Amino acid sequence: MMSSSSSGSGKKFSVLVVDDDPVIQRIHRVFLDRFGFETQVVGNGKEAVDLFCSGASFHLVLMDWDMPIMDGPKATRELRRMGVRSMIVGMTSRDRDSEKQEFVRAGSDDCCSKPLTSNTVTSLLQQLHTKYH
Amino acid sequence: MEMWRQVFQYKESLFREGILDAQFTQLQQLQDESNPDFVAEVVSLFFEDSERLINDLTRALEQKCIDFKKVDAHVHQLKGSSSSVGAQKVKNACITFRNFCDEQNIEACFSCLQLVKQEYLLVKNKLETLLRMEQQILAAGGAIPMIE
Repeated sequence: MMSSSSSGSGKKFSVLVVDDDPVIQRIHRVFLDRFGFETQVVGNGKEAVDLFCSGASFHLVLMDWDMPIMDGPKATRELRRMGVRSMIVGMTSRDRDSEKQEFVRAGSDDCCSKPLTSNTVTSLLQQLHTKYH
Repeated sequence: MEMWRQVFQYKESLFREGILDAQFTQLQQLQDESNPDFVAEVVSLFFEDSERLINDLTRALEQKCIDFKKVDAHVHQLKGSSSSVGAQKVKNACITFRNFCDEQNIEACFSCLQLVKQEYLLVKNKLETLLRMEQQILAAGGAIPMIE
């Protein structure tokens, strides 16, 4: 069962997917759209930082770890340094706890494994409702 | 009906043999009228992505001085995309591969690359066949069997 991100109050959550893998980009976009998010996708950490610098804002940022030009932890640190208060969730590999720790140290709110599942998105939506209501 | 049963059995065997996992079912569930070719699109992206990464890996392992960080990065990416389409055997081969990258074990890395290539070609072949069969069912007005 999928719950809409607008939940009757009319609020639509916006999400920025930061990932250089075209397969993940495509899947996550459709997945998140299905849950009612307004989704934007960029290919690396620097593009994410540049977007925020240009004045864009998002409720949620899904940040991949390994990307060219600027990786996930670096981009997370930079966004926090800029004062970005969006929920940032690191996307890590199941078999690497060290990635999770580094993401948390960099300032992410949470970590989850790729690829997204319905349960993960539902949980993120609950956290977003708590944070933004 | 007969075609449906054939497709069901074929698909079920792919899951039973561990070639595909539940993530593939999740992908199929995302396909609808607003994204009617979603699965074919994603699978096609996966094929392109994988072929590029396998070429990059082959080149990286042919270097005189192997950059294991680079090799690991490619394998990590391939693991991510294979896992996201439900290509379980490819994903598992990548997990093993990454362990040998950590150990900087050249011979084992070469073996892993061969295994990854093998598993990729297998899943490519199976997916192409499956999608073709499912397309025939849809064209005949039927529904695709889903494996839970």
